[in-house]
Amino acid sequence: MAKLALRSLCRKFGGVAAVDDFNLELQAGEFVSLLGPSGCGKTTTLRMIAGFIPPSAGTIEMDGKLLSSPSLTVPPERRRMSMIFQSYAIWPNMTVAQNVGFGLQVRKLPSAEIARKVDAILDTVHMGHLRARYPAELSGGQQQRVALARAIVVRPDVLLLDEPLSNLDANLREEMRFEIRRLHDEFKITTVYVTHDQAEAMVTSDRIAVMNQGRIEQVDAPFAIYNRPRTRFVAGFIGRTNFLEGKRAGDEIGFDGFSVKASLFADAQRFGAQVVLSIRPQAIGLTTREPSAANGSWWIAGRVTQRAYLGEVWDYTVAPAGAPAGGSTPLRVSAPPTTMVETGAAVWLEIDPADVAYIP
Amino acid sequence: MSRVEPAGDLGVPLQRAGLALRLRALDRTLLLWLVLAAVLVFLVVNPLLRLVLTSFQAADSGAFTLANYAAAYGRPRYVQALWNSLVMGAAVSALCVLFAVPMAWAISRTDMPAKHLVRLGVFGAFVTPPYLGAIGWILLAGPNAGWLNRVWVALTGADSGLFDIYSFPGLVFIIAIYSFPYVFIFTNAALDIVSSEMEDAANILGAGMLRTTWKVTLPMVLPAILGGVIVSFLEAIALFGSPALIALPARFNVVTTQLWQFFSSPVRVEVAAAYAMPLLAVTVALFWLQLLLTRRKGYVALTGKGGERRLIRLGRLRFVMLGYCLLIVALAVFLPYLALSQAAFTRAWGQGLSFANLSLANFQYILFEHHTAQQSVINSFIYATWTACLAVGLAVAIAYIVNRQLLPFARVLGFLCMAPFVIPGIVLAIGFYAAYAPPPLALYGTAAILVLAFTTRFLPIAYANASAAMRSFNPEMEEAVRILGGSRLTALRRVIAPLLKRSLIGAWLLVFIPATRELSAAIFLYGPNTRTMSVMLFDLSEEGNFEHLAALGLLLLVATVAIVALGYRAIGRDFMLRGGS
Repeated sequence: MAKLALRSLCRKFGGVAAVDDFNLELQAGEFVSLLGPSGCGKTTTLRMIAGFIPPSAGTIEMDGKLLSSPSLTVPPERRRMSMIFQSYAIWPNMTVAQNVGFGLQVRKLPSAEIARKVDAILDTVHMGHLRARYPAELSGGQQQRVALARAIVVRPDVLLLDEPLSNLDANLREEMRFEIRRLHDEFKITTVYVTHDQAEAMVTSDRIAVMNQGRIEQVDAPFAIYNRPRTRFVAGFIGRTNFLEGKRAGDEIGFDGFSVKASLFADAQRFGAQVVLSIRPQAIGLTTREPSAANGSWWIAGRVTQRAYLGEVWDYTVAPAGAPAGGSTPLRVSAPPTTMVETGAAVWLEIDPADVAYIP
Repeated sequence: MSRVEPAGDLGVPLQRAGLALRLRALDRTLLLWLVLAAVLVFLVVNPLLRLVLTSFQAADSGAFTLANYAAAYGRPRYVQALWNSLVMGAAVSALCVLFAVPMAWAISRTDMPAKHLVRLGVFGAFVTPPYLGAIGWILLAGPNAGWLNRVWVALTGADSGLFDIYSFPGLVFIIAIYSFPYVFIFTNAALDIVSSEMEDAANILGAGMLRTTWKVTLPMVLPAILGGVIVSFLEAIALFGSPALIALPARFNVVTTQLWQFFSSPVRVEVAAAYAMPLLAVTVALFWLQLLLTRRKGYVALTGKGGERRLIRLGRLRFVMLGYCLLIVALAVFLPYLALSQAAFTRAWGQGLSFANLSLANFQYILFEHHTAQQSVINSFIYATWTACLAVGLAVAIAYIVNRQLLPFARVLGFLCMAPFVIPGIVLAIGFYAAYAPPPLALYGTAAILVLAFTTRFLPIAYANASAAMRSFNPEMEEAVRILGGSRLTALRRVIAPLLKRSLIGAWLLVFIPATRELSAAIFLYGPNTRTMSVMLFDLSEEGNFEHLAALGLLLLVATVAIVALGYRAIGRDFMLRGGS
């Protein structure tokens, strides 16, 4: 049985569906991210799980018991969950230790045990030395750690995180991503994590649910989300990509001025008459030497029209050779810094068919 | 998947989500919210409704009639009183502009010295109860014995004094000298956000200082000045104390004194209700107009707090400006308080300041000998305490409901909280009388009706403060409590209340202070045992014993100053400035 199950969940605000037919099951101890652009309904979904808003349709169940339905919503305080808020919501009138101990106090634990648990969790998040401080005396990252400790110390059934890192600067954000995953590995709390930052979702999650306009586009492990996007939205939202749109005729897929044999691709039998392929810029090799013989790769001849040096990579724009002027979409290629080619040079692009994702 | 499990404390088994369980899962606090909404209907809606209904009902049968209106407007002198109020309001507004605008400009835009002193004086005028000031001015400018007249006679050898406070101009003057702070506050705030760059732009194009002020600066703050004018106009026509002290002896009436006469035996509440309608209508209409003015934001708010501000150098003129400001402050605060103190500490105020004349007997009499004065002091502070607690408590609860949108039509509740703002105290009192004096409640003459009327009257102050505090409060603070297992009430107790403590104490004081001195509602609702200090002052003035009157007035003032000082110490000195209105 799933730990947490969201079934056909729907939430309307004034007739507009913010969340629409949302289905997701989390196994116990699983870490799932809701990833999507702002306004896609991810925070609304999270707040429905927390019990702050009731669904317009559908249900939320935990351990097989109903938590939310349009007619009945168990209030947040009776759900045994924890949540980390975008603003951290650290109470400024309490010290770090009082903040962290609050949930235990509400659960009426003996004070000696509260003190012990608070000390232990503060040590875990490296905040033990600041236990007597007030939140106004803490940095953003430290407040974030207090919020984490406060949420984890009660050992919730489900931990909810609402864009917890969006108010931190870039370096700290990177550090905290790993911190959140480390704490999850240590405590194995079933977690729902809302973010619009794909890197955050990739680092922290067991699975990622990509959302768009209130609906789930795809739920998969980070590797599959990136390498096997199932919709055009997912391919475009997670990382950069090149979309190639072509027409299939027999074994031949014709693009704008160039073509490829469908038999190159393992899953060619799925291809329809209209074919959309997604190819990541870093999955494309770039060389100035003409390829000797077919080696199972897909070769495209072209000409560099633009280039930019980004330090870690070269960012080339290549127009396929056979394409009519201004016709086909040029391909973006990420090449290693050592691969230096002048603008206007003739190049060959090498693509491993296994790296090409077919978008149904 | 939906295997039935025994009902734990968490969640509800899928198959058994019956009505009882649904109710249990509902917020238990919902009931509390509904009760609060009912209280609001009791305090605001019902009195107003009954006011309007009563005005159309025959006194004995309760049948529909227009006779009350015929009686209220049937005599020329009743209509004359209405007209008097309008003229008085207009004259007061004009005088307020004359007093306040130059002062506000000098303080905000020029290098006039001693600004702090002037500000303090304006603040003093603002916190002085108008009827107390009026008593001071009776001592100063009473037709024969007033100090100013005696000085005039002594200096010029004239037969009679120069001033007669018991006159229409006298009334206009003593109302204006205590309501000009409204115009001052509005104008000053607007001038403070006009960027110097605006003026520089005019200077660059060749306009001189005076021309710039006249053509650029003042037009930009005109909406603010108009806003202040409207407020002071409404203050003037709704005021009861000063007109009762001045107009009644001078043998003319304004709306409020006429209303009071409809209430003196026999009580004709139906006629009073009918007669109150124009006052209510004018107030509502003008507040609406003011809302439109501020909605447009003038030109000022658009520029924001942009740019550096430089003060205009006045040269020698700055001493002239200071003289003008100090004259007004003296008229509003210094002279009347001097006269009041002199009267309070002497056996007979007319005999001047001699050592033999000095005495504490007046305070002794007021506090310990007079049969009701001591009780009235105690009453005032008890009622004000209740009022402040009820108003702030109610305001916080409603601001919370509105802010969190806990109930459908929550905005209506917020609107009802602010509605008493546009109801003159005297009209509210008549509504309360009509609604709760008759059986079944029969509250007339009880402490309860006074406290409830005060609570309604000052609810907008409490609500405006509570609502601002609530808006500045991130709801996630509270959601964090709830997701960790605390109820709404836990959140209120452990997080919201501690964080909002300062603003709420401020709101409490802002209700408490005017409640200690409320007159225009109290005068209609008090009974033999529920006199307040303000009613007592009014009674003493009818007895004509100004020494006792002055002593009681000073007591009221000292108590207020002490409370304000406590407020300063507790929560910082800016709490009066963030005032609700």
